[in-house]
Amino acid sequence: MGRYIVRRLLQLVPVFIGTTFLIYWLVWSVPGDPFAGKCGDRPCPDNYIQVMTEKFNLDQPLYVQYFTYMQNLLQGDFGETFGGRSINDLIAAAYPNTIKLAFVALAVEALIGLTAGVLTGLRRNGFLDNLVLVSTLFLIALPTFVTGFFLQYLFGVQWGIIKPTVSNPPSFTELLIPGFVLGSVSMAYVARLARTSIAENRSADYVRTAIAKGLPMRRVVGVHLLRNSLIPVITYLGTDLGALMGGAIVTEGIFGINGIGREVYRAIVTKEGATVVSIVVILVLVYLVMNLLVDMLYALLDPRIRYE
Amino acid sequence: MRVSKRARLVATTAAVALVAAGCSGGGDSDTDNAGGDTANGAITIDGTQPEVGLVPASTTETGGGKIIDFMWTGLVTYPNDGSAPKNAVAESIKTTDSKVYTIALKQGTKFHDGTEVKAKNFVDAWNWAAYSPNGAQNSSFFSDIAGFTDVNTPDPDDDGPKKAPEPKAKTMSGLKVVDDYNFTVTLATPFSIFPTKLGYSAYMPLPDVFFTQKPEEFGKKPIGNGPVKFVSWTDNVEIKLTRFDEYTLDDKVKIKDVTVKMYQEDTAAYADLQSGNLDFQQQIPVSALAGDKWKTDLGDRALNVPIPSTGIIAFPIYDARFKNADLRRAVSLAINRQEITDKIFFGARTPADSWANPLTPGNQKGNCTVCKFDPEGAKAALAKAGGFTGEMVLYYNADASHKEWMEAVAQSVKNVLGINIRAEGIPTFAVFRQGINAKQMKGPYRAGWQQDYPDVENWIGPLYVTGGSSNDGSYSNPQVDALYKEGTASTDVEAAHAKFAEAVKLIDQDVPTIPVYFSNQQSGTSDKVKNVNTSNVGEIDLSSVEIA
Repeated sequence: MGRYIVRRLLQLVPVFIGTTFLIYWLVWSVPGDPFAGKCGDRPCPDNYIQVMTEKFNLDQPLYVQYFTYMQNLLQGDFGETFGGRSINDLIAAAYPNTIKLAFVALAVEALIGLTAGVLTGLRRNGFLDNLVLVSTLFLIALPTFVTGFFLQYLFGVQWGIIKPTVSNPPSFTELLIPGFVLGSVSMAYVARLARTSIAENRSADYVRTAIAKGLPMRRVVGVHLLRNSLIPVITYLGTDLGALMGGAIVTEGIFGINGIGREVYRAIVTKEGATVVSIVVILVLVYLVMNLLVDMLYALLDPRIRYE
Repeated sequence: MRVSKRARLVATTAAVALVAAGCSGGGDSDTDNAGGDTANGAITIDGTQPEVGLVPASTTETGGGKIIDFMWTGLVTYPNDGSAPKNAVAESIKTTDSKVYTIALKQGTKFHDGTEVKAKNFVDAWNWAAYSPNGAQNSSFFSDIAGFTDVNTPDPDDDGPKKAPEPKAKTMSGLKVVDDYNFTVTLATPFSIFPTKLGYSAYMPLPDVFFTQKPEEFGKKPIGNGPVKFVSWTDNVEIKLTRFDEYTLDDKVKIKDVTVKMYQEDTAAYADLQSGNLDFQQQIPVSALAGDKWKTDLGDRALNVPIPSTGIIAFPIYDARFKNADLRRAVSLAINRQEITDKIFFGARTPADSWANPLTPGNQKGNCTVCKFDPEGAKAALAKAGGFTGEMVLYYNADASHKEWMEAVAQSVKNVLGINIRAEGIPTFAVFRQGINAKQMKGPYRAGWQQDYPDVENWIGPLYVTGGSSNDGSYSNPQVDALYKEGTASTDVEAAHAKFAEAVKLIDQDVPTIPVYFSNQQSGTSDKVKNVNTSNVGEIDLSSVEIA
């Protein structure tokens, strides 16, 4: 197990270098001169463009820019935006909010999704099963911004129960609705995944054996059935955290959450390579680490899985 | 529930209006008592994260520009109704030849750090902005001043490896401090409109402390001389401002605290406005304008104000196909502006009928004779031009909502002239501007012009004079240049405007661009505030705000 983890951690290094370079290159090849549209409907003065080009090494070839960036990054310095703000500060301010939001969303989808999945998986074709099927179909069909605007209008404007936009830094209660919006589609998937998995394993040999042994139903479901059925669900939830963090841009915009979504969007549009890479690098790391955790959870859930 | 809430709102505003009307003869104090506690009032308005630190000469975008407008007062200010500027920090601005200006300052106006605003604060700030190694985005505003070319050197090969030579001088020879409250400005060539320009944010004074620290540091905790001072700035979240009690000029604010909350989405701001968490939104989102939804939502808290900005379609005259003025006239006459403003903008914009904006001093209403919809005239002009072969493509940047009206323009022209024309989007504003700056546009393209300062000169010099800073289509008419020069050289504004009007008559014959619509701004307020006015550029006029 130890060697396995070390090997997996070492794999992170080439993945890390590869992704950062790819992203840097992609941003660099986005068409458009970063200073062409900066001064509105007139060209920027020469001296401004000169000072900026020199400061950000924009006249250097791509690989030189990338190496300068990596050199600073290894010293813990993410660099500066074109506006002169430190990217370290920016990340420190924005990331915690996005992480908070992603975890609320994850909690919502795990709690509601799993409960619905387990209940319907055990009692198929009942009223509850049909209700969950229809409502998850509905949620999957709705894009996030529709759910977002609708709930914001209903709770924030019409009923006045919540503030339409959150304060900074947002509290967990304020993030409940945004978290629900962000997690709603995944929640539907989790419910359906759990339902299928439970229903399938319900008729498996080991479950029948457990029931035949006379184990109480609670134990059969809680220990034997659930543990085995959770593997696909955990895989989904684990990788979904990364997707939730990266995909929060719409939700963050609707509820005015100061997260990374806005910064990534702004940086891509203005061709600020350093900002995009810095933010995405952390996302990549989260993604890789979550994958590793999920893989290790398999071994805990299913004794048959061993890592060498 | 919704109905009752609105009914209550209408009732309160009606009551406020009644009280205000009843007290109009009794002086201001009564209205204050009837309303809320204005002197300690705090409001929240919408904004966006400034792109760069808050240094007046380095800010060109609206997010930071708004804060700078609040925090600074210039030599002159522009009245809300768009009329000619009034002296603010300046006591007087005198000239006999439109070349040498003697500027006297009011004594006793202060920066927020308590130091007095003196002549050298203006001179030093302008020299700093013009000095090219400082990289100020607004440096070109100082190009009128004698000695500018010594401090601001262009890149010799325009874009590339060769570095611009170090400027010869650090200060412009045209700026001279006489004493603490007087300084003179000598221009390179006479320019009658110069005093009007002085209210633009590039000309704001900077306190002594600016020159002792890095501009970036100053920009994070700026010190101005305006009616409100800086308190704090949380990136992407909010900027807090508070009343500057030692402010002595006319536009004092009555309320105490102002929070500028930064939004990513205007729809989020609109939800906050509707629920009373935001007191002013400068531009209501497009989604709420459809079917006049915003008027039903906001009632009499909806404000529709004209702003000095015009939507234009410009011709790339450097392209041989567009050199014929009759062809350009034919296209202009074939656009049904009324229908476009009604159907696409729901009446939120007005059809253009003059070359400058109607709010601009010196503009003559209706002087754009090619702005009317005249299918017969259009066909005749096209015949005179010898027709048009091939495809005409109208370009716009697709990252803002221009698709609908540009397509409507193309359709209108197609219906009237029967030529092969369509509209095409270019993905981002940056790519779009890159093509325009490089003079590589293959067809007429969308442009917009919002005046920098209220004078008709700003609608001619940059746009239609040979070599003008935004004359992107390379239009050139020696007679226009000559008339413009005579106008700027005349010693009084009236005479200048007369010359500019003659120049516009020639421009009207040449049709280098097509004015399409005049912009209006749709704003909204909460029921917490009253008497809200907007400035000449559509920003909230903080001095007008009272708590209801």
